[in-house]
Amino acid sequence: MAKIKPRVKVPKKADAGEVITIKALISHPMHTGRAKDKKGELIPRKIINEFRVTFNGQQVFNVMMEPAVSANPFVSFPFKASESGTFDFTWVEDGGKEFTASKEMTVS
Amino acid sequence: MFKKISLTIAGMMVAGSALAAGTPYHEGTATIVKPTDDRNPLTEIISGIDFRKDMIRDMQADEFENPGMLTVEYGEGIWDMPDGSKGLSMADVWEDCSGVAADVAGTVYPRYHEGAGKVLTLEQQINFCRENAMGAAPYKWEKADMLGMTAYIRYMANGSTINVNVDGPANSMFKKGEELYYERVGQLDMSCAHCHEDNYGNYIRADMLSQGNINGFPTYRVKWNGIGSTHRRFRGCNKNIRATALPYGHEDYVALELYLAWRGNGLTVETPAVRQ
Repeated sequence: MAKIKPRVKVPKKADAGEVITIKALISHPMHTGRAKDKKGELIPRKIINEFRVTFNGQQVFNVMMEPAVSANPFVSFPFKASESGTFDFTWVEDGGKEFTASKEMTVS
Repeated sequence: MFKKISLTIAGMMVAGSALAAGTPYHEGTATIVKPTDDRNPLTEIISGIDFRKDMIRDMQADEFENPGMLTVEYGEGIWDMPDGSKGLSMADVWEDCSGVAADVAGTVYPRYHEGAGKVLTLEQQINFCRENAMGAAPYKWEKADMLGMTAYIRYMANGSTINVNVDGPANSMFKKGEELYYERVGQLDMSCAHCHEDNYGNYIRADMLSQGNINGFPTYRVKWNGIGSTHRRFRGCNKNIRATALPYGHEDYVALELYLAWRGNGLTVETPAVRQ
């Protein structure tokens, strides 16, 4: 339905050594390639097949997604904060289209 | 033989109580509202969320994680988007057209509307305003625009107490809704009350029965993989008991929705709620 929109939640501040939780959600229909439309024709597969997160340019998280993942995939993972920096989030759709978001975090 | 049966029953009861643990209702931590109206058959009013386990509860509690918020955000986007021949948005016309302030609208529907001369659900009120005040085509029930708009209006009242009025001109619909609630229908010959009044808190096969309060609608159901209206839920209930499902917006469903909403008077609006 709605347009594809990535959303992420990262605490703005964290203490050094603290384990924080990072949450990422993207609104996406995740067409599996097996469902049919009203005319009975197959809807071609279009899913988010990869989600990766880098912190200050270094990869910290990566997940490969398959058609069994439901619509609007939500991913959360723990991260041990040690220095201030920027998270870059990238979702890759079938066909190579990328959706991105970034968040800064200050570690004190 | 007798021994075997009693053993089976004992076994089932143990399994039943073990399975039942884990919801606030069974642990005694549910939020219980006392009905203020003598006509209410319930002695304790409990939101459906208190019959659900932590996984679903956590999903609803965290606005980021709650998938229903996607629909609410979509609704927020179309709320002040001009549409129709008069170039007005719903935000411009809502208060004059419906007679209810936008931030309390989520607590009072279904409601008798003088302009329409009958009880309207929130969906019908939206379409009434679109046709009469905006000069726009009505939304289709259960489509993204309608769900977004209802979810957003209900979300604006999130946390407020439900207060549906069933007296005055709405009373005939209320009585009709009450009759429908207790009427046996379908091949299984069951009424709403058999599950949601007599047996809430018990399992029906693998599903935990709630009181069937509608304070969280439109609700995100994991089963639906999306958000749905009260009438979609009614249709599902009807099909489960092998009864004929009525079309969206049918007068009987409006009456039933009015009656159900009133039964839940005193609960808070939870939209977008998450259920399994």
